Amino acid sequence: MTGPVVTLDCRGQACPRPIIELGRHLGDVEVGEVIAVAADDVAAHHDVPAWARMRGQEFVGEVEAEDGVPVYRIRRLS
Amino acid sequence: MTDSFIYLDAASAEPLHPAARDVLLAAADQGYADPRRLHRPARNAGLLLENAREVVAEALGVRRDEVLFTSSGTSAVHTGLLGLGSRGIAHSAVEHQAVLDAARWSQRSPVTELAVDAEARVEVDAVRTAVAAGDVDVVAVQQANHEVGTLQPLDEVASAVGPATLFVDAGASMGRLPLPAAGDAIAGSARKWGGPGGVGVLVVRRSARWRWPFPGEEWSRTDQGFTNIPGALAAAAALQAVVAEREEVNARQHELISLVRERVRAEIPDVDVAGPAEDRLPHLVTFSALYVDGEALVTALDRLGAGVASGSACTSDTREPSRVLAAMGALTHGNVRLSLTRDTTREDVERVLDALPGIVKDLRAEAGL
Repeated sequence: MTGPVVTLDCRGQACPRPIIELGRHLGDVEVGEVIAVAADDVAAHHDVPAWARMRGQEFVGEVEAEDGVPVYRIRRLS
Repeated sequence: MTDSFIYLDAASAEPLHPAARDVLLAAADQGYADPRRLHRPARNAGLLLENAREVVAEALGVRRDEVLFTSSGTSAVHTGLLGLGSRGIAHSAVEHQAVLDAARWSQRSPVTELAVDAEARVEVDAVRTAVAAGDVDVVAVQQANHEVGTLQPLDEVASAVGPATLFVDAGASMGRLPLPAAGDAIAGSARKWGGPGGVGVLVVRRSARWRWPFPGEEWSRTDQGFTNIPGALAAAAALQAVVAEREEVNARQHELISLVRERVRAEIPDVDVAGPAEDRLPHLVTFSALYVDGEALVTALDRLGAGVASGSACTSDTREPSRVLAAMGALTHGNVRLSLTRDTTREDVERVLDALPGIVKDLRAEAGL
């Protein structure tokens, strides 16, 4: 799997801030590329996949950063 | 009406039904004594309590001796669930917090969560699997979901539980919908149907293997020393009235909620309307607006003069998002639940609908989108 081109650091940010950042920065990657967001807010676990479904993007999955914070990956489809 | 506030939070608490108000005041004067004593005021109080029980039984279509009063809907859930079974508990992923709390408190094992689909409907195969594994002897599935309105397939669930017992939380639906045919114990909450707060109803079927789960065995059939007799009578009067009116009220509310679902989808971009469009409670709807802070949305609506609930993390005591929305894969932030009272008008709903797109747009603009 190709790694993310851009990783947003949203540690310490409460919902819906990480999703807002994702919405604002999706255009920073090309169609087909992966953008990631590191977020420790518990709502992000549910809302990143929901955002991808609503916006027609592909939720690739969740990995853990070195500090244990979840990093969610999304492939830009449009 | 001088108070023009549009209260759209009936699913938390319906305003006192007019049929209940006079009963509450009259019963407060007459029903003060302890019905277990042997003097005349005690007998009067006892008669009032039995009257309340009879009215509730008739409204629900059950026997008088199947009705217990409790001090809240939460208490009815705890008492009903914990009185069934002795081994493991399986519950749907979208049950009310009271069910999860009772399951955890019981220290029974295993406690199995039953998956739901994208419309919050419990997967009947999951029920079958949980019971077949052997250690589950009570299954808890609500009649209708309190946040998104989904009606659960209780008849199918009842056949899937096999030899296990079934607890049904009817907190969101009692009075509004006919009592489910399935269920060994069924719990309801008076303030959700326009009765006063502090009154729960627990129906325990005659055939159920249920016993009082708390200290004081000898009280088990006298409502745990329940003393809110005026409340029980008022709850009974409200229930009777709600059952009599429900055909008309439900049809009107169902149509208004359909209007909300359609207009929200059509007029607000990037919005997730949760739950089924048809097989649902008539009076409530939940939706989430992308990039919007739920608390800010509730506050903006309050400023407009409309009161709604929210399942977003930032509006909850625990800072956790709604388990219901999470389990069904719905967006959890920017969430509001609108639930109609029996006299919510089309004008009330339209006033909120007219304002919503602008409110959401402004909040998104503030967030930089």
